[in-house]
Amino acid sequence: MSRQVSSSDSAMRWATGFFRDRNRTIYTILLVGALLFPSIADITTGGEGNHLVSTAADAGVFVLLAIGLNIVVGFAGLLDLGYAAFFAIGAYTYGLLASGLLSGSPLHQEFHFPFWIMLFVAMGVAAAFGAILGAPTLRLRGDYLAIVTLGFGEIVPRIFRFLGAGSPIGNWTGGVNGIAAIDPPTLPFFLTGPWVGAPIQVVKPFDFSDPIAYPMDFYLLILILVVLSIFAVNNLQNSRLGRAWMAVREDEVAAAASGVNTVAIKLLAFSIGASFSGFAGCYYGAKLSTVGSENFEFIVSVTILIMVVLGGMGNIPGVIVGALTISFVNFYVLTNLPDYASSIASTIGLDFLNKSSGDWIGLHDEVQRLNYLIFGLILVVVMLLRPQGLFPSRIREQELEKGTAEEAVFDLREGSPE
Amino acid sequence: MTAPETEQPTILALQGVTKRFGGLTAVGNASFEIKKGEIFALIGPNGAGKTTLFNTITGLYKPTAGQIIFQGRDVTGLKPYRIAHLGIARTFQQIRLFAYMSALDNVRIGEHSRMHAKLWDAVFKTGRARREEAKVTERAMELLEFVGIRQQAHNYARNLPYGHQRRLEIARALASDPRLLLLDEPAAGANPQEKRELMELVQKVRSQDITVLLIEHDMKVVMGISERIVVLDYGEKIAEGKPQEVRTNPRVIEAYLGKSA
Ligand SMILES: Nc1ncnc2c1ncn2[C@@H]1O[C@H](COP(=O)(O)OP(=O)(O)OP(=O)(O)O)[C@@H](O)[C@H]1O
Ligand SMILES: [Mg+2]
Repeated sequence: MSRQVSSSDSAMRWATGFFRDRNRTIYTILLVGALLFPSIADITTGGEGNHLVSTAADAGVFVLLAIGLNIVVGFAGLLDLGYAAFFAIGAYTYGLLASGLLSGSPLHQEFHFPFWIMLFVAMGVAAAFGAILGAPTLRLRGDYLAIVTLGFGEIVPRIFRFLGAGSPIGNWTGGVNGIAAIDPPTLPFFLTGPWVGAPIQVVKPFDFSDPIAYPMDFYLLILILVVLSIFAVNNLQNSRLGRAWMAVREDEVAAAASGVNTVAIKLLAFSIGASFSGFAGCYYGAKLSTVGSENFEFIVSVTILIMVVLGGMGNIPGVIVGALTISFVNFYVLTNLPDYASSIASTIGLDFLNKSSGDWIGLHDEVQRLNYLIFGLILVVVMLLRPQGLFPSRIREQELEKGTAEEAVFDLREGSPE
Repeated sequence: MTAPETEQPTILALQGVTKRFGGLTAVGNASFEIKKGEIFALIGPNGAGKTTLFNTITGLYKPTAGQIIFQGRDVTGLKPYRIAHLGIARTFQQIRLFAYMSALDNVRIGEHSRMHAKLWDAVFKTGRARREEAKVTERAMELLEFVGIRQQAHNYARNLPYGHQRRLEIARALASDPRLLLLDEPAAGANPQEKRELMELVQKVRSQDITVLLIEHDMKVVMGISERIVVLDYGEKIAEGKPQEVRTNPRVIEAYLGKSA
C-alpha cells in the first residue's frame, strides 16, 4: 500500500462503515463477481466461456424479472401468478415491431424500430396491460388477484399461439412458430465506427450482431440494465410510494384511514412490476432473436415467484441472490445433471445403469425425465434449511428463528433515507 | 380546561346516521353536532355502536341511511382516503399499526396524503423528492416527540410497548394534519397514571386547534376531559349534553346499571 497510515486508517474506517450495511456488501460482491465472471468463465473453460457468459446473461434476465416481481409480491404483498404474461407481452412487442413478421400480416408492412426505443415501448405496453388487468381486480379482495393473474398467464401465451397463420384474423404473431430473425440492438456510429473491429481492431466489435460468438455484448447490456434497475427500485423502496406499498401490505385498512389511496397504490405496484417484466421481455427477444409462446408458460411465472420467495421476499439483494441461485440450478445443475449422473455411474462401475432395459430408459434420460422432481427437491431442502429465504429482511429472520420478539431491539436506521 | 364560551361553528354534523348489518342495527338514526375546538366524548355500553359510528364517519362503512357533514361538506360514502385528505384522522380500538415498519415510517405514512412526490421523483430521487422527504421526516420526528416516543423512531412498530403503540397511532393520525381526530378508546388497558398522561396528551392535541371526538369507557376520565358527551345504547342516542347533565340523566344511569347488574 502506498497510502500513508492515517489515510489508510480512515479508509479502513470508511470501509468498515460501508460494509456494516449487509446489503452494500452483497451488492459489492455481486458487482465484482459479475464483472469478473466472463474472464473466469473463459479461464476455467480454456477459452470456451462464451456459452457460460450467454447463460449468465439469461440469468440476468431472471434477476430483472425477480426484481420486478418483488415490487408486486414483496413490497405491496400482492400475489401475481401470471407474471410471465407480461414478459411475453414485452418480448412480442419487440418481436413484432422489430422483425419481418408483420409483412405477412394483414398489415403487409414490417417494422424495424430501434431496440433502445422499444425497451421503453415494451415497458409501457406491459404496464398498460398491467393496469387494464389490475384496475378491476385490485378493488376486490386479495385472493382474486392471484386467480385472475393465473388465468391471464394461461391465456396470453395461448393467444400468441392462436394468432398465427390460419387464424381467422390473419397471422399476427407467428403462431406456433413464434417470431424469428428479430433485429439485434444497434449502437450509434461512435461505438460501431471503423475504429471498432476489423480492419483497425482497436477494440472488439460491440455490435450485438452475433450473440453466439460475442455474448459479451448482451452480457454487458443486461448487467447495465440490472444495475440501473437496482438503483431505481432502491429509490422507489425508500420513497413515499415504497412506504405506501409496505403500509398496504401490512394493513390495508389502516393505510386507507391514513390517507393512502390503496387501490391506486396497488395498481401502481402491479403496473410497475409488469413494466419490468415487459422490459426484460424486450431484451430477451433481442438476445434470442426469436420468441415463441412456449417461453412464457406457467412454469416461468412460478420460477420467478420462487426466486423472490427463496431469496427473501421484499429484500432486493436477497431477491437477486435468489434469482441467481435458481438460474444456476435451472440452467446449469439441471442441464448438466444427466451427463454427470451417467459419467459418475460409469466411473464407479455402475455402467449397467446407463443402458436402458425394460421400463428403465437409462440413467441419463431417467435423470432428465425427473428434472422437475429434482428441482422440487432442491427447493424443499433449501426452504427447510432457510425458511426465511436466503437473505431476508432482518426482522423476518429474527422472528422465524426466535419466535416473536418482545423488546425493541431492532434498529432500522440503515433502511431510512439520509 | 374551559369550554369555549362563544358559540363555535359546527365541524361535524351527523344527520340520522344509520348502519345495519343484516338484521342488526349497530347505529340507529344518530344525530348530533360537534363544535370546532371541543373535546367531544362518545360513550355507551359494550356493543352500543361507537366503533361502528367511527367506521362510518371515516368511510370504512357506508351508512345505510343518513348524512355526514364535515366542515359544511357532505362526506357521506366517500372513500376512507378521501375523508383522510379532507381532514379526519383516527386511531383504532384494536391497534392497527404497520407492524414491520419503523415508528418513524408509520408516522410518515400519515403524511402520505400531504406529500407530492410522483413516480418520477421517487425513481430518480429528484431534489424535490429529497427536500420533501427531509421535511416530512423532520415533521414526523416532531410528532413522535409530541406524543413522547421520539426515542422509538427507528424501532419496528410491533416491538414497541403497548402504551407506546397507542401513542404512535396518535402520532400517525396527527401526521395527516387533521382538523378532527377520532380516538377509539386510546386509554384502554392503561393504568390510572398512564390514563392521566394520555388525557394530557389529548388536551395538548386540542390546544393545537384540532377537534377531538373520543370514545372512552372510564367515566371519571370522560367527565374530567370532555365538554360535551353523547351516549349511545343499542345504536341509539339516548342522551347528549354537558358531563353533569349526562351523569344525572336517568336513561344513562339505567343503560349503564341495567347492563352491569
Ligand atoms: N362488521 C360487522 N358486521 C356485523 N356486525 C358488526 C360489525 N361491526 C360491528 N358489529 C356489531 O355491531 C354492534 C356494535 O358494535 P361496535 O363495535 O360498534 O360497538 P362498540 O360500542 O364499539 O363496543 P365496544 O365498547 O365493545 O367497543 C355489535 O353488536 C357488533 O357485534
Ligand atoms: Mg368499540
